[in-house]
Amino acid sequence: MKGLLRYAITRILLTIPMIFILLTVVFLVLRVMPGDPVSAMLGAHAPERVIEEKKEELGLNKPIIIQYFEYLGQLARFDLGESMVLKQKVTDPIKEKLPATIELTLWGMFFTLAIGVPLGAYAANKRRTGRDFGIRLYGNVAYCIPVYWMGLMMQLVFGVWLKWLPIAGRTSPRIMSSLFSNTGFYLIDTLLAGNLRAFGDVAVHLLLPSLTLGIVLSGVFVRLTRANMLDVLKSDFILAARARGVSEKLVVYKHGLKNAFIPILTMLGLQFAILLAGAVLTETTFSWPGMGRLLMERIYLRDYPTVQGVIVVFAIMVSVISLLVDLLYAAVDPRVKY
Amino acid sequence: MDKPILDVRNLSIDYPISIGTVEAVRDVSFTLEKGEALGLVGESGCGKSTLGLAFLQLLRAPGRIIDGQILYHGNDIVTMKNDALMKMRGRNIAMVFQNPLTSLDPLYSIEDQFYETMKQHEPKITKAEAAEKAGKVLEDLSIDKKRLYEYPHQLSGGMRQRIMIGLGLILNPDLLIADEPTTSLDVIVEAGFIDLLAKLRREYNLSIILISHNLGLVAEMVDRIAVMYGGKIMELGTAEDIFGKPLHPYTEGLIGCVPNIKLDQKSLVSMPGSPPDLVNPPKGCRFSPRCPKCMDICREKEPELKTKEKGRQVSCWLYNK
Repeated sequence: MKGLLRYAITRILLTIPMIFILLTVVFLVLRVMPGDPVSAMLGAHAPERVIEEKKEELGLNKPIIIQYFEYLGQLARFDLGESMVLKQKVTDPIKEKLPATIELTLWGMFFTLAIGVPLGAYAANKRRTGRDFGIRLYGNVAYCIPVYWMGLMMQLVFGVWLKWLPIAGRTSPRIMSSLFSNTGFYLIDTLLAGNLRAFGDVAVHLLLPSLTLGIVLSGVFVRLTRANMLDVLKSDFILAARARGVSEKLVVYKHGLKNAFIPILTMLGLQFAILLAGAVLTETTFSWPGMGRLLMERIYLRDYPTVQGVIVVFAIMVSVISLLVDLLYAAVDPRVKY
Repeated sequence: MDKPILDVRNLSIDYPISIGTVEAVRDVSFTLEKGEALGLVGESGCGKSTLGLAFLQLLRAPGRIIDGQILYHGNDIVTMKNDALMKMRGRNIAMVFQNPLTSLDPLYSIEDQFYETMKQHEPKITKAEAAEKAGKVLEDLSIDKKRLYEYPHQLSGGMRQRIMIGLGLILNPDLLIADEPTTSLDVIVEAGFIDLLAKLRREYNLSIILISHNLGLVAEMVDRIAVMYGGKIMELGTAEDIFGKPLHPYTEGLIGCVPNIKLDQKSLVSMPGSPPDLVNPPKGCRFSPRCPKCMDICREKEPELKTKEKGRQVSCWLYNK
């Protein structure tokens, strides 16, 4: 337990230099990019004098190196600063949008695993049959589909043709106005409020985008699970368990799948970063008011501090997930000790 | 005399692969009496492990039994249904494998693996009952029963091998198939293992089939030996006969390959040639291309396994004239 705590603290401390490097790169790239917040706000035809005044107000007239260290000083005080284009603190929109993205990402992850792992395990068990071939085909196709195209097709099929599911937003407009938000996680909020109708509405809105993410990412997991299962099913302990009369179901799904799960966990941690990147596209496709769309909007507006703030939050999320994955290893595998 | 515990009749096993069919086992017949120990020896790839797996119907894909019978107390394992097989595995016939280090699932405790095995055959057993029984077996194998709550990686190779045996014996089977049980153990652990098996044989009246290429190990442990080559039994007889006066040129060669510290050997003796290609086995006797006493007939016709004297069978034209 003590070792575990020390490991967790070391890992958290290690994320500090990571975030520092990431921010340095983002800081520089944003300022090298053509355009700046002032011209984004005032347009190309504003008088020179107004532009200069605005730049001075935002501190953009100072040399980049000074801006950079000022920003770092601010960060060291856990202050993400204020938006350059809107009269708000950087943390305001993040607080509002972060729960939306977490909700989408976690459910996306859930569908990824719920689709990918069982399909992969089943295919491994039915190796070289028609079903195995079908599942592998699905895996490869899902892996190749861009998430936004998949999103559009899902909208077309389930929203436009079948009219089963809503295609945009987190809630219907009428529900939205009745929603009293505490945590920002609508599924939790509606449950806490005991409003089942609103809960249903929120769940239905969540289904299409998270399913889209789930299907696209499940491709990797189908392939990975299948390959690992095939390896594990060749192991001596599988044969030995069979020789003791252990039933086929237990052999494959208890011994086989659990042993195949360790590389799946690794992949889960890695895919999480991709999932966040995918969220930018998914959120845009489904008009999902999350961090991804916030990032896109603020990049267009050249809102430097907000973009940097969003990136910091993304980096922290990825670190937290990879730490959680490491802790899960220890839970699955008795050989792993911290 | 009682009916034999195992009666193998004309067993043939194939592995169909892309370039043809591997004739892994051909026309193997032998019997095993209650309480008897039989050794299956031969080079790598001679079909001895395949044969061991066939007794439990656990051949790895695409292997399959194409002909013959395996009568266990008179019931044919070859035609047995899956349910019956599952009930038989572990309860009636147990198997110990080559590699004790990888034969236990690393993610489950020893207790879990005992409990799972017992639960499969006695669905009503509780975890506590299982632990008590398993603890007793472990103590029989001179392992502290506290070890039950440990994971495989916390145990030494010798302990894991004994636990594998414990898992095999927990349901009181009357036949144990040991496939190269000591290959990955050092000699001291191996000696302990041999003593243990001898003790178990006495106490449980266990019948044993020991599959090995290690002639020394086999000589110490078994009553009778079947020498296999290219998927066929070449010679079968008591351990003394096989080692004392081998009949088949292959048996002679095999024994000649064992280094002897008493002789002043400059180099290791080896048998010329290599094991036969079982997709296209040689015409006539499968050993004929390597046989120092090869005759014309050996390249033409395959010899049959014929009884030479009481309890002694050999498949060679030298004796089948």
